[in-house]
Amino acid sequence: MTALLQIDKATIRFGGLTAVSELDLQIGRNELVGLIGPNGAGKTTVFNLITGVYQPTGGEIIFDNRSLVGRKPHQITRHGIARTFQNIRLFGSMTVFDNVRITAQLHCPRGVRNALWRGSAFRDGEKEIADEVMALLEIFQLGKFRDALANGLSYGDQRRLEIVRALATRPKLLLLDEPAAGMNAIEKIELMRLIQFIKDKYQISVLLVEHDMQVVMGICERIAVLDYGIKIAEGKPEEIRANSKVIEAYLGS
Amino acid sequence: MNIRHAKTFFLGALVLCFLVSLFANQINSYWLFISYDIGINIILAVSLNLINGYTGQFSLGHAGFMAVGAYTAAAITNQFGELNPYLSIAVFLGALLAGGLLAAVAGLLVGIPTLRLRGDYLAIVTLGFGEIIRVVFQNMQSVGGARGLSVMHGWTNFFWAFGFAAVTVYVVTALVHSTYGRGFIAVRDDEVAASAMGISTTKYKVTAFVVGAFFAGIAGGLYAHSKQFITPGGFNFMQSIAIVVMVILGGMGNTIGVIIAAILLTLLPEGLRAIADIEHIPGIVTAHPFVWVSDTRMIIYSLLLIILMLTRPQGLFSLRKSLSK
Repeated sequence: MTALLQIDKATIRFGGLTAVSELDLQIGRNELVGLIGPNGAGKTTVFNLITGVYQPTGGEIIFDNRSLVGRKPHQITRHGIARTFQNIRLFGSMTVFDNVRITAQLHCPRGVRNALWRGSAFRDGEKEIADEVMALLEIFQLGKFRDALANGLSYGDQRRLEIVRALATRPKLLLLDEPAAGMNAIEKIELMRLIQFIKDKYQISVLLVEHDMQVVMGICERIAVLDYGIKIAEGKPEEIRANSKVIEAYLGS
Repeated sequence: MNIRHAKTFFLGALVLCFLVSLFANQINSYWLFISYDIGINIILAVSLNLINGYTGQFSLGHAGFMAVGAYTAAAITNQFGELNPYLSIAVFLGALLAGGLLAAVAGLLVGIPTLRLRGDYLAIVTLGFGEIIRVVFQNMQSVGGARGLSVMHGWTNFFWAFGFAAVTVYVVTALVHSTYGRGFIAVRDDEVAASAMGISTTKYKVTAFVVGAFFAGIAGGLYAHSKQFITPGGFNFMQSIAIVVMVILGGMGNTIGVIIAAILLTLLPEGLRAIADIEHIPGIVTAHPFVWVSDTRMIIYSLLLIILMLTRPQGLFSLRKSLSK
């Protein structure tokens, strides 16, 4: 079986700096992969390469048998990759409901004309979207915040809302950029449970960038380690834990 | 505004415009002309609000789009002499729509290259674009050049001005209050996140520019057929600023606030003029006690703007309220 996401020798240079160098990475269907590395190792850059924010200077990225190179971020989302951001990027002036609703136009695109005419097709469509959004919000215990502004939520709820918003695009691959940042021990355990739940319920693959070793070691099936844009190790959590190169990268020799 | 009944509201507004226009000949013609200005300014401010307020693209070129609509519509109707009422309605409507469409094309042209720019840079480019349009008309001798263009028909009336204002308000409100339209606000709030959520930011920005420019063009046509004389200088940078002020004062992204601001800012200079014209106040000996107002009218107007901005920087009506419902 071919991998869902296949990155072949992906490279990106910013001027003289090679941020990511000849990275090979594969993610299978319904697999939970961790991507770790010290600060500045290029983890978020990898995310930006996959999601089309940056274009690779070399190499190939194949998702679901389609090349992602040269595609725009919104097209890549359409193909089935959704992400969250390291620093939360919700639509602050919109309600929780609208934040999630916005992704619905991916699946039932209705343009200017439909919104203006407001016939029965439009009303039915909007109702269907609203029901779907509410069902999703309820699953993640955000239903009670429906009409609250996204900016007004607590930090943990904002993180969760970002994940819900990404899920609403109905992705095959979910990219989570440091979801545990700023969370306390209890919230982290809650988060691990949440990620596991999402993976099992929606049968999707997850790529997780995370600093927190407890979280990464706790849930990832496979871990890749980046240092200075180069993959220095890949394997099961226990293998990574024992890998001398990884220990060196983190602690210095 | 309840979105479920938007269409009913809209039709009601149209009928109301029509009924009022039947009695328009009872209104003092000075105030009648000011009411046209109010209608036209509502169209301008609400359409600019789609670009500046909802989509967050700071445009300073609205007067340019207005000029395109004004000159196009005037050039078309000037081809016709006296017409019977029905024919004149058809010609006027066609001319207005043609002006709107040409302005929309201009909006498309300015929208595409400016997509890569944001904030101050975008403002400067749209400002330059507005000036280019003005200079083009200034040098176009077929429409009078710098001398201006006389518009033969004074066809703008209460019904047209407020009917089109109702259409503008409906279109902008209906667009924004839909799943599709929330994309405009998403682009404003966070462009990177919007594109990561599958929103084509390019398409939304261009749509905002095209729709906004279309209505600015309509407003230009109405303006030309109200004043019956247009000069390129009437569509300069200051005119763009005046519309931006209405949007900011009303509260970016708040249609009702922007409508009220458009009405207030149209009435304010006229109200000050009325004060200056007061001849006598009981108890005060001097005649024309407020005559100084007429000299300092524009200064008072500017001062009021400054005070308003200092006390309500978020606009007369805050953004939050309009979006939470």
